Amino acid sequence: MNPLRRLLGTDTLLPYWLLLPSVAYLVVFFVLPLSQAFLLAFRTDDGQLTLKFFERMVNDAKFKDALKYTFLLTVIVVPIQLATALVIALLVNTGFRGSRLFLYLCAIPLGISDLAAGLVWYSIFTGRGYLNSVLYSLGIIDKPFHFLSYENIPWMFGAIVAAEHWRATAIVLVILIAGLQMISKDYLEAAEVLGAGRLKKLWYVVLPLLKPSLQAALIIRTIFAFEVFAVVIALAGDLIPVLASESYWWYALYRNLHVAAAYGVLLMALSITVTWGYLRFLRTREEVRGLA
Amino acid sequence: MSMRRLWGKLLLYGVVAAISLWVLVPLVLIGLASFTPREEIYRWPKPFLPSRFSTETMSFFLGAHGVLPSTLNSIWVALLTIGFTLAIGAPAGYALARFVFRGREAFRLGILITKMFPIPLLAIPLIVTFIKWGIYDTLLGVAFIHTAMALPFAVLITTSIFVGVPRDLEESAMTLGCSRLGAFLRVVLPLALPGLAAAAMFTFVVSWNEVFAAAILTLSNRTLPAQILTSLEVSPVYFKFAGGFFMILPALIFMFFMRRYLLQMWGVAAER
Repeated sequence: MNPLRRLLGTDTLLPYWLLLPSVAYLVVFFVLPLSQAFLLAFRTDDGQLTLKFFERMVNDAKFKDALKYTFLLTVIVVPIQLATALVIALLVNTGFRGSRLFLYLCAIPLGISDLAAGLVWYSIFTGRGYLNSVLYSLGIIDKPFHFLSYENIPWMFGAIVAAEHWRATAIVLVILIAGLQMISKDYLEAAEVLGAGRLKKLWYVVLPLLKPSLQAALIIRTIFAFEVFAVVIALAGDLIPVLASESYWWYALYRNLHVAAAYGVLLMALSITVTWGYLRFLRTREEVRGLA
Repeated sequence: MSMRRLWGKLLLYGVVAAISLWVLVPLVLIGLASFTPREEIYRWPKPFLPSRFSTETMSFFLGAHGVLPSTLNSIWVALLTIGFTLAIGAPAGYALARFVFRGREAFRLGILITKMFPIPLLAIPLIVTFIKWGIYDTLLGVAFIHTAMALPFAVLITTSIFVGVPRDLEESAMTLGCSRLGAFLRVVLPLALPGLAAAAMFTFVVSWNEVFAAAILTLSNRTLPAQILTSLEVSPVYFKFAGGFFMILPALIFMFFMRRYLLQMWGVAAER
């Protein structure tokens, strides 16, 4: 037996050796930060357990707005994205000529960062941007309308919605496409033999079988929507606060790790609650399959 | 073709065209904006097509304080991240693809949960840890957290890559006298190489695009997105346009090369 072989033991042990680096890494970079985040959020520097950082977070003038805008953005953006992605996925699934190309094209935003996407839409919505130029040439306005000004917060928020919709629909799309590909052709053929038309097949066969993927997409997308950050900063600066940007400012401006960590803990609590809620209320027969 | 089918086709291609424009037009616009001469960016009304193609906006951006060093930083961080991620993640992917063992599902679930961690929850406490380790404000520190973020995806992608390499070939090599390691190096690795390259590109994109952790964990050694984010308030619009376009460009190129693997990295189709 060669020495390496002896070190690794038998084949039954090999997979564990192969997993060890990942597990160790994830412990150091997920489990430890997680516990440290709780310590930062719930403990003073001299070791006393406290809720005062959460009180400071909640009583901060921007907290309510941050919570409001984060929720509002999620509630508006996620359903639009799900609907858009479903339409694109079903179009691709018809297999029309050029559908592959269409899929790749729609997946482009997957590679675009939230900061860059924010700047792309900044070029459209800014005072002398492209949208104003279009409105001018259509004769709707005669001087630039300031979409991204503190006087027009709803418009600014609309710009963030547009940018997020454009950037992150692709994530939902690839999950749904993968789900559609798992649907066996047999079911569709059976439905056809039984005389189901296009719409009936969609409603009674495709959508029910797609439910686990829809659920997975909904969970992933909602959690990511809670964390929205650079798009907001690029388009609104600090005029529209969200939870992640508040966490950032509390460190970047005030150097207060405790309150910044409290925001992190709040974000995690929200993510867990929403995942639990989706699993509980959108129950599918094979909950795990849709996710794992 | 009946009239109904013709109308159906027209409707299909109409919707497809509309959605394609929705994806493409903003990209074209930011591209045009970054090659518009500076004085025209402020003109009202702004012409869609610049009167002349000009690199001055782009070269102003590239020459602006901190942009070139931070671009180099970004590339270094991304390369380190690729190295760490593949070295740690690919063995796990191989294990998941080739072995059935106790704890397999638990590991997969753990991987899944880590994908959903809020980034502030990771980055904020790591400030303390990194200061203690002496790697706060270093490229190595940023690469460490980017590896943590890319690792779950890399494990899923490499799993599906190794699933795609026929087990028979590996077993034949072993019957013919290769050790498991030899069979892996001589048979599996060459076949998996294109897939691994795609995984590396995906890792690059994750790292190149990440802004929250990079901005939190650095002060002077900024990566490009961190540099742009922290200078947004004081930068002119043409800096923002050129910056946006410059950040998108490499991501677009890499996305083109890894398009075949797009469906596998969210874990839904990993086993196919």
